[in-house]
Amino acid sequence: MAADPYTTLGVKKDATAAQIKTAYLKLAKKHHPDLNPGDSKAEEKFKAISAAHDLLGDAEKRARFDAGEIDAAGQPQAPQHPGGRQFYRGFADGEQSGRYSPGFGGGGGEGFQDMFADLFANARGGGRQQRDQPMRGQDQRYQLAVTFVEAALGASRRLTLPDGRTLDVTIPAGLESGQTLRLRGQGAAGWNGGPAGDALIEVDVADHPFFARDGDNIQLDLPVTAGEAALGAKVAVPTPAGPVNLSIPRHSDSGRQLRLRGRGIPAHAGRPAGDLYVTLRIVLGTPDETLERALAAYYDRQPLDPRAHMGVPVSETA
Amino acid sequence: MTTIQSVCAALPGLSEETLRRWLAQDWVRADGTAGQPAFAEIDVARVRLILELHTELEVEEPTLPLVLSLLDQLYATRAQLRLVLDSLDAPVREALAESLVR
Repeated sequence: MAADPYTTLGVKKDATAAQIKTAYLKLAKKHHPDLNPGDSKAEEKFKAISAAHDLLGDAEKRARFDAGEIDAAGQPQAPQHPGGRQFYRGFADGEQSGRYSPGFGGGGGEGFQDMFADLFANARGGGRQQRDQPMRGQDQRYQLAVTFVEAALGASRRLTLPDGRTLDVTIPAGLESGQTLRLRGQGAAGWNGGPAGDALIEVDVADHPFFARDGDNIQLDLPVTAGEAALGAKVAVPTPAGPVNLSIPRHSDSGRQLRLRGRGIPAHAGRPAGDLYVTLRIVLGTPDETLERALAAYYDRQPLDPRAHMGVPVSETA
Repeated sequence: MTTIQSVCAALPGLSEETLRRWLAQDWVRADGTAGQPAFAEIDVARVRLILELHTELEVEEPTLPLVLSLLDQLYATRAQLRLVLDSLDAPVREALAESLVR
């Protein structure tokens, strides 16, 4: 009993004619017996695929099959694949095989000696020649984790390799995560006087608890008190290169961005130094009764609706 | 031996003109004369294969020489391998097979 032709072609029952054709072509190319002389099952598979396509590729036959009028085996053999067909491989793999052989004939004789000469050239002469030639050593890959600040400012790190060697790695300023450093001649040794390979070091930059990279600029959220924001203040701000003083202008609000020019990634590779962008975040702390009373009195005098632009009702006092 | 007319008659979709072009391009060979080529069984099977590659499997004519060349090399290599194996004594063959399975 023949298998379901839809299963044979690997298509769904509602596949379009184009899908059936595509599936057939893919399978037929894969299993054509003449393209697979060493696969004894290819002929059987190819015949099944062809039969399935003869049935499903013909709209009328497919409709009759779907309607149950004919079964998968009940349709006649396709004329181009009669049961007794002799595939090409039967001849090409047989007595007459020399007819289409390129170069050396398959029938032995002179051409066959050529093949042996070829094989031995590869197995011996060629191999030895290759071993005697100077060859460059292989590149070796390593991974190195560095801190945010090391990558921002540049640093020197000593890397201990699995074989016990140590490598001094210079991390250039402004290095970004995922970049690869190439250390020439620090890979595997060469053969027969050939040059050593390179060491390729992929650098993974760790996140920082409060700095964030934005190209050559750095972003920082800076906590300030309500007093510092309202009254103005001079505060110390961390930068990758160390703390600097920043003047917070009087009447600053939360979210205000201040720029510290040249305090981002230092100048490198012909690019000028980046900036440090400081975003103020007002921290209230734990209000006591004095502050509570002062705030209540203040907003009684100076009503403020910071959500006015959002189109929501003014909140009621707690 | 089969005449070019019989080959074309047996293979729907193949014209004598096309087959003569394939002969001229050496995709397929025949005995006899250029005017009256005589096809051996292997030649007819090869004609059928080329026709099938072209019309059913959608291998375009410019690509066919590449496919045929690779196929010819594949079959030649298989023939050579068989010759090598045939030249070995039975105990050597068995030892070889055993070491290859491992």
